[in-house]
Amino acid sequence: MPADGEPAQATAIMMMVVLKPWIWRFAWRDSRSSRRRLLLYVSSISLGVAALVAISSFGANLERAVDDQARTLLGADLAVRSNRAFDEEAEALFHSIPGESSRQISTSTMAFFPKNSATRLVVARGLSGDFPYFGDLETVPPEAARSFRSGRSALVDDGLMVQFGIELGDEIRIGNQTLEVVGRLVDIPGEAPAVAMVGPRVYIPYDLLTESGLIQYGSRVSYRALFKLPEDVDAEELSRSLRPQLRQLQLRSETVEDRKASLGRAMENLYQFLNLVGFVALLLGGIGVASSIHLYLKQKISTVAVLRCLGAKPRQAFAIYLCQAAALGAVGAAIGGVLGLGVQFLLPEVLRDFLPVQLDFRLSWSALASGVFLGLGITLLFALLPLLPVRLITPLLTLRSEFEASQTAFKDRARWIVLLGISAAIFVFARSQTDSWLQALGFCAGLAGVFLLLAGTSRLVMYSARRFFPSSWSYVWRQGLANLFRPQNQTLVLMLSLGLGTFLIMTLFLVQSGLLANVALTGGQDRPNLAFMDIQTDQVDEILHMAHEMNLPVLQRTPMVTMRLSKVKGRDVREIIEDPRRRGPRWPYTREYRPTYRTQLSDAETLLEGSFTGSADPEKEDVPVSVEEGVVRLLDLKIGDELVWDVQGVPIRTVVGSVRRVDFQRFQPAFLVVFPEGVLEQAPQFYVLLARTETSEQSGMAQRAVVARFPNVSAIDLTLIINTLDDILSKISFVIRFMALFSVVTGLIVLAGAVVTGRFQRIRESVLLRTLGASRKQVLRILLIEYFFLGSLAASAGLALSLAGGWALSRFVFEVDYSPAAAPFAVAFLIAGGLTVIIGMLNSRGILDRPPLEVLRAES
Amino acid sequence: MKNQGILESHSLTKTYQSGSRSLTVLKDVSFSIQEGSTCSIVGPSGSGKTTLLGLCAGLDRPTSGSVLLDGVDLSALDEERLAEIRNQQIGFVFQTFQLIPTLTALENIMVPMELRGERRIRQRALDLLGQVGLADRSDHYPTQLSGGEQQRIALARAFINRPKILFADEPTGNLDAETSERIEELIFKLNREAGTTLVVVTHDLELAARTQRIIRLKGGKVISDQPSQPQRSTVSAVV
Repeated sequence: MPADGEPAQATAIMMMVVLKPWIWRFAWRDSRSSRRRLLLYVSSISLGVAALVAISSFGANLERAVDDQARTLLGADLAVRSNRAFDEEAEALFHSIPGESSRQISTSTMAFFPKNSATRLVVARGLSGDFPYFGDLETVPPEAARSFRSGRSALVDDGLMVQFGIELGDEIRIGNQTLEVVGRLVDIPGEAPAVAMVGPRVYIPYDLLTESGLIQYGSRVSYRALFKLPEDVDAEELSRSLRPQLRQLQLRSETVEDRKASLGRAMENLYQFLNLVGFVALLLGGIGVASSIHLYLKQKISTVAVLRCLGAKPRQAFAIYLCQAAALGAVGAAIGGVLGLGVQFLLPEVLRDFLPVQLDFRLSWSALASGVFLGLGITLLFALLPLLPVRLITPLLTLRSEFEASQTAFKDRARWIVLLGISAAIFVFARSQTDSWLQALGFCAGLAGVFLLLAGTSRLVMYSARRFFPSSWSYVWRQGLANLFRPQNQTLVLMLSLGLGTFLIMTLFLVQSGLLANVALTGGQDRPNLAFMDIQTDQVDEILHMAHEMNLPVLQRTPMVTMRLSKVKGRDVREIIEDPRRRGPRWPYTREYRPTYRTQLSDAETLLEGSFTGSADPEKEDVPVSVEEGVVRLLDLKIGDELVWDVQGVPIRTVVGSVRRVDFQRFQPAFLVVFPEGVLEQAPQFYVLLARTETSEQSGMAQRAVVARFPNVSAIDLTLIINTLDDILSKISFVIRFMALFSVVTGLIVLAGAVVTGRFQRIRESVLLRTLGASRKQVLRILLIEYFFLGSLAASAGLALSLAGGWALSRFVFEVDYSPAAAPFAVAFLIAGGLTVIIGMLNSRGILDRPPLEVLRAES
Repeated sequence: MKNQGILESHSLTKTYQSGSRSLTVLKDVSFSIQEGSTCSIVGPSGSGKTTLLGLCAGLDRPTSGSVLLDGVDLSALDEERLAEIRNQQIGFVFQTFQLIPTLTALENIMVPMELRGERRIRQRALDLLGQVGLADRSDHYPTQLSGGEQQRIALARAFINRPKILFADEPTGNLDAETSERIEELIFKLNREAGTTLVVVTHDLELAARTQRIIRLKGGKVISDQPSQPQRSTVSAVV
């Protein structure tokens, strides 16, 4: 890019120059002694591209798999579901839908295996008809997927059978039904394998589940009607036309497109995080390129001056190094592309348990091409910044090596154009990854702010070191400190590259911690670990008695009453959900609530507003209820607002008395609404009892005894669930950490690259000091002091800025809690600062072990 | 010989700004050098010799005054055009040789011609390498050559583009007496054969005496401009 001329014209001229073979030939020759050093620069961009290719290739494969298997995700063209049994009106509507139909009923219950008296909470599904219409229940033997529907037969989750040593032909008891296990259930289309880890599936004929005694008041049952439509019927259109009637009947429909969309939403955070990783890795690569090229070109100043003297035009000199950057960028991006495809093999493997589709690896050319193209583009853009000053190198340097060009960089228009280009590229990239203009703008503004702050900090460091220079310190300390501000210092470039690297990686780590904390579990030694659910009122006393007999302390007895909202703030719920001006989701208005009643808040709840009322008399006053903060936000409520509930046909008028925050990560029942005592006691209700067992034997015995006596009661061994969830969460953590590793390794390479390429800065003076009689130890200490200051200052600045970066991303992008701990900062400081010193020292080792002249020859 | 010199300096002044202070290193320097002649610029350190060379060779711009090289006013040209002039009309020899360390001896010699985009230059470069007596060192890198050998490579590079004028900045300043003598011989030999104008900046009065004319500088001003007095006996004594 010439120093003057319009950008378009300059670019055209540049293209002409770059196309000349001599430029490439010279670029190749000139790189001879630096190729190994430049390998680091290549690798920083390689890892960025690898992360990007892997992530977008994975995304492309997932998208393709979802598209290919879209119909199997739902297993039908249209599904209608409800938490209540379909009434006659609903059945009449279903009869009007053309094609085939099936029914599925689903409930969580205890399965009992008479063979070894084992019990386990399972999801029992009763199925009639030929569902699934698309895709197959994968079973062993295969014919069991059809044959179980006739007779007293069951398909049982393969993992569960292995766990309890159940074989085909053994018996399973679901409620009051005893059935023969005729097949192992290996895979259910549209369901992620991880789901079965929490609630293993058992399929039995529809009629047997309805007759099992499990379907009664308080049971959590879901009903689905599943339809296969004739080829000429459009499911989306049909769903749209049925929606008003379905709403009226409080039924929800789902099509293949709906399922795809909800799957997309479920994967959103994971995608965003992976994209952030790619983004960070590529940015780090860019920083690596910029700092490496900057330091590399410092060694090339005299060569450029000679070339200029011999008649090379500024653009020719510039083109030589642009070609080097382009070639290295291309090699780096190509290596990254191949590496990314390799990682792409691994990603589906580590994510397999969380994906509801079969993910096959297929080479995504578009992901590969866009990754390599982006890598090359970022390389060139970031390389341009340090390359531009090549145009300004004066040939006069051949005569006067001490001559310093006037500081024209600030006035250089091309430099501003490149900066604008980098900002635009980051913005466009951020926009493509986040799908939000505002977030993309936030990314760019944040990065620009961090860049400026780091540059400002390095200026401040240089100024302070000079202004408050400790003249009384020993020579070694003074020399080390003076290296920070003397001509040819590396303060600005290392502060920027190390500081930005530390900032990006720590920000990523903080977001990662936030995401992981969001799914982490809270438990404790004194907490309940066995829950009995769906207990009818008349069963409570007997179960309490049984617990007492078994020496089992019951820690909590919680009643629940099912109800729905009928009016909110005086308006009918149906009217509200039909209102086109309504904002937010429908479900807070239409869902079934299961409030409890008690006199005080639990230890998992925090009062945010109002006052909690423990008892009330509905005859004398408005009943004050306590509502969870999320529901308050979704229903747009405030203290004193009226809520009318339909409690199985009986209207109950309440007002919002208090707002609570609920810790849903505790293993205990959590309630969106809590009533005071004195209101719901007479309503039909069921109970949850929480107990604590000391051993798994005691837990198993209690479960068997209660379930044998009351088949409708479900027992959940929380220890088992905690272990299972821990297993799942550790897999998620692994995925997140695995991907974050890319950025960390890139960051380390950038750090190493910046320090290694900066080596030449100190070689000549180290050799001179050695020549003048400095001991090896003295020279090493001078370098140590310089790298210590650089490493610790850059790490501190980067870490301080990451506090704000982590907060902004957690708050605005991932919407997770942000509470950074001090320890990771200390560790990061030690790693970033320590590595700078170690790499700097290791890097200087060769200089001090050889005779000065030999070093100068080898390095020139 | 033309009436107009190949190199003409008119009232050249160069001032450097250092903070709020300005330092004038050349004041009102004028001279003319005829094509094919040899001339040296001598003077003590800080007298402005190197600054004058830089201005005459189009490496720097004067604060006032002008330099005409073969009738072309260098101060009126932009960087691109100056580069062209340097490439096509000027040869350089430096005190510190200024070879490109990553290129072999042969590649270093070829650079000016390659910058022009010329092909089939290898043979000419090899011929020149032979003329400076280093035919067997074509594949050596600068660090593998002695100082004298490096300067001979630099000389071959300076002559490969058949320059009209050769600027030599202390060409023997980094060499011992014996090697210096050989380099001097080579410079004058190649210069004679190519008919090139030679301008040498030097402290070395013996070298200066071998040129036809000596311009003496002191404190940025020309204090004398005379034909030189041959000092062959002294040179012989050194050799």
